[in-house]
Parts: sequence; C-alpha cells; structure tokens
Amino acid sequence: MNQVSNFTKGFIKDNPVLVLLLGLCPTLAVTTSAINGLGMGLATAFVLTMSNLVVSLIKNLIPDKVRIPSFIVIIASFVTIVELTMQAFTPALFEALGIFIPLIVVNCIVLGRAEAFASKNNLLSAVIDGLGMGLGFAFALTLLGSIREILGSGAIFSLKFLQADGILVFILPPGAFITLGYLIAVMNRLKKA
Amino acid sequence: MEYIIIIIAAIFVNNIVLNQFLGICPFMGVSKRISTAVGMSGAVLFVMTLATVVTWIIQYYVLNPFGIMFLQTIFFILVIASLVQMVEIILKKVSPSLFQALGIFLPLITTNCAVLGVAILTIQKDFNLMEGVVYAIANALGFGLALVIFSGIREHLDLMEVPRGMRGVPIALVTAGILALAFMGFANLV
Amino acid sequence: MAKKESSFLNMVLTLFVVTAVGALALGGVYNLTKEPIAIAKKMKVEKAIGEVLPSFDSLVENKVLPEGGKDSLTFYEAFNKGDTVGTAIRTYTDIGFSGRFWIMVGITNGSVISGTSVLEHKETPGLGDKMNKSKSNWSQQFDGKDLANFKLKVKKDGGEVDAITAATISSRAFCDAVQRGYDELKKMEGK
Repeated sequence: MNQVSNFTKGFIKDNPVLVLLLGLCPTLAVTTSAINGLGMGLATAFVLTMSNLVVSLIKNLIPDKVRIPSFIVIIASFVTIVELTMQAFTPALFEALGIFIPLIVVNCIVLGRAEAFASKNNLLSAVIDGLGMGLGFAFALTLLGSIREILGSGAIFSLKFLQADGILVFILPPGAFITLGYLIAVMNRLKKA
Repeated sequence: MEYIIIIIAAIFVNNIVLNQFLGICPFMGVSKRISTAVGMSGAVLFVMTLATVVTWIIQYYVLNPFGIMFLQTIFFILVIASLVQMVEIILKKVSPSLFQALGIFLPLITTNCAVLGVAILTIQKDFNLMEGVVYAIANALGFGLALVIFSGIREHLDLMEVPRGMRGVPIALVTAGILALAFMGFANLV
Repeated sequence: MAKKESSFLNMVLTLFVVTAVGALALGGVYNLTKEPIAIAKKMKVEKAIGEVLPSFDSLVENKVLPEGGKDSLTFYEAFNKGDTVGTAIRTYTDIGFSGRFWIMVGITNGSVISGTSVLEHKETPGLGDKMNKSKSNWSQQFDGKDLANFKLKVKKDGGEVDAITAATISSRAFCDAVQRGYDELKKMEGK
C-alpha cells in the first residue's frame, strides 16, 4: 500500500466515525460546538499517532500474551500526558471536554489501530496510519460539531451569524444522535454513488 | 433520601447512555436482540459495581496518600482490565452457568467506557464508598434500561420498510435520538 | 514478524518495564506542567475577580467553611490605595442540574452585586450554560441589585429573578450560590 492512500483512507473511505463507527462516545458527547469537536479530535489524533509510533517500535520486544495490557499502559500514558498538557495550556477546553479526555483510553480506535495496524507494520506506515486515522476522526468530529453548532445556536466556531437562538434540540443529547444518524446516511449515499 | 435521589438521577435524569453518552459502543453493538441486551446489562452491572469499589479504594488508599493523582487513568484502566480477566476466570470455575450467560460479553467490557467513566465520575463527585456503590448500581441499571428498551425497538425496526440509505446504523441512531428526547421528559424529576 | 515466545519471566518483565517507563514519563510531565496548571487556575480566579469588581490594587484572601455546607467559600477583599472596594466571593451551589457548580460574585457597599462570573459548571450546554456571560446576557440582571431588599429567587418561587428559559433548575441554583455567598459575608461582618 502506498503511503498517500495509507494517509488519506482515514478521511472518507475508512473514516473511523462515519464508516467504521468507532469511538462514538466522545463523538456524540463533546460535539456541542465545532471548537470542542476539533479539540477532542486533535487530542485523540495525538494519542493515536504517538501510541502507534511506540507500539510499532517495540512490537518485537513484547511477548504475545501481554501484548494488549502493554498497549493499554502505553495508551494510558499518552492520554495522561495530553490531559496534563491541556489542563496547563488550554484550561477552558479541558473543562469543556471534561471526563472524555481520560476516556480516550477506552476509545476503540486507539487500541484498535495499535492492535490491528501498528503491531504488524513498520514505523513509518504506523505513524502515517495514526496521523491519517486521527485527523479523519478530528475531521468527523469537527464536521458534526459544526452542523450542531450552526443548527443549534446559529453560530460557527463561536461566531454568531444569527441573531435569534438556534434549534435548541441539536445541542442537547437527542440532537447528537439524530445528526450523526443523518450524517452516516449521507455518507452511505455518497459511497454508493 | 440522598440515595434515592442518586438512584433516580442516575437511571432517569442523567441516563448514562442517553444523556452522558457513555457506553455507546455496546449500546449500538449488542442491541439487536433483547436476550443479548439483557445478558450484556447483567455483565455490566456486575463489573461496574466491582470496578467502582476497587477503584474507589485505590484512589483513597493508594493514589491520594502518595500524591500521585495524575496516575489515575493508568491505574484505573489496568485495574478494570485485570478485574474483567479475573471475573472471567472465577466465573468459569465457580458458576459455569452464569459464565455461559455473561462470558461472551466480558471481554467487551474492558473497552466499555461506561465502566471507567463511572469509576472516574464517582471520584469527581466526592462520593463516599457507599454512595459510590449505589451510584454504580444505579448507572448500570440505567444502562440496562436504555439497552433493553432500545433493543426492543430495534427488533421491531427489522420488520419495517426503512428507506435504503437509512437502513442499519443511521435509523438506529435516529431512534436513539428520539429515545433520548423521551428521557428528557424526566428532567425535572429531581 | 516472528512472535516472541511468552514465558512467565519475560511477561512479568515486559509489563514491569512498560509500566515503569510510563510512570516515569508521566512523573516528568507532571512536574513540568504542575506550575503552568497552578498558574492557569490562579489566572482564572484573578480574571473572574477582575470581572466582578471595580478596579483594585490589592487582595486579602480568606477561606470560610459555611454551616451545613460541604466545601469552603473563599472571600477576596479588594482594596484600592487602602480603601475597601468590595468583596469577591468564590461560592458554590449543590442544587445545580448536574450537581455542584462554582461562581464568583462581587459585592460592593456590603450588599450590592457588582457582577457575577461562572467559574466551573457541568450544566447542560445550550440550556443551563446560558448563565455564563459568554453565552448570553442573562446574568446581567443581577448587576447593581441591592441584596438587602432584592428578592433573590426565580419568579416561579415568588422572587424577582427571570429564570433562563427551560433551565429553571440552573437559575435557581445560581441564586442559591449567590445567596450562600451573601449570607456568609453578612455573618463574617457580624463577628
């Protein structure tokens, strides 16, 4: 597989959220605005890339049976690094994302890519895969966050373009499910065409 | 009284799946049949309660005294992962029938963010051990309630004529949205 | 790729090494970020005090545990060239829609609200979070109100405060937090 398609597959063809349906918890929970979606997406992308890198580096040193626990420790370490860094430098975003930052640990995408891809491929492919998948995840979250923010509060990236309030339900939990449902339906339609 | 408020809030008002968005993966994944939904809910109830007790003890007797709160994530996920393994082994030995009912769901629970989520929330909310246990059980029941209702609806959805593009996951998500809307009706309960 | 054999020794060793390296790395990052985190927290409190009080040049901090409350309030008495400007109170409520939230209330002349600012909350985005100044101008209705004769309750409860549409619980909790701060301030002055 060439590295270009290895990188771009995460955006549309194998998009973690819209096609593979992984990591739906943070996807639904934090996308009340575009900026939250982007922040969560980038945090996950960082963890994904770094854990892919480390897993690929040490894949030959780890005995098969303790593979998964070792991966979990590696991922948890990077998650905590992200957590501490965000708390220090982007406190507002840290509060908005709340509990979903430590929960990156159990995001199926991260462990899934470590296990399915990074533990079987060389360093360069693993890093590119992590970057592509991570940015694809960020892309999906930002898209969902933008749609919900536009419909729900008449704003985009906190820039208000509508005087009136939006359709509130899109910011509330039900709106998350419904918006994502229609977004996936559109993706299905596009893939067929 | 305090406990009743915790229970009602966790099951209905802030339902873990429909309002807090924890445990969406199993919610979408094992909700095609009511019987599997019930099995999954049982496994979650078991592991969530146990995990909350163990992580609570670790937080207050290991992490806090040594001032290493920043290792919370790493400790908790390791505890939950090993707990799930242990439960699996013990169940296999002690109660083969229960193992048969819950066994296939147990490995899925390690990556169920609801378990880790509730463990962390219990610490964040400053609950004592007893409140934590009640909170965990109530959340597991809330998870079960949402999962069973949802799988009931999905069984009926199979028989419906759904537009092609909406078949499968999209219609399930929209259904979940409407269910979440219904649960918002509980908002002023406590 | 050749799979490495699993023996008891190398399994234990690997897990130990991975965990040790992880913990060490985290310890390092923790020490590096400790100060920025503390500064970020302090900046936030100072910014909030600046928002709720007229300009000042020095602060006196004072923690008080209220009767029957679970956590302590913090009073920041502000002075400008030696004259008292007012008091900013870091106060909280436990009856928010999603539990406890913290706000900063500025009080001048002993009972007049000079401003409010939300510090941390978990209220519903789009509803309860409208109490935040950046989301809506709801909280402006408190500015300039004299608590000695202002009925600090939502209209539904017979008070004078307009609740946020569809977020009465958050609005009620907000009043509760302000009231708690004011009550403690009065008690302190009484001593």
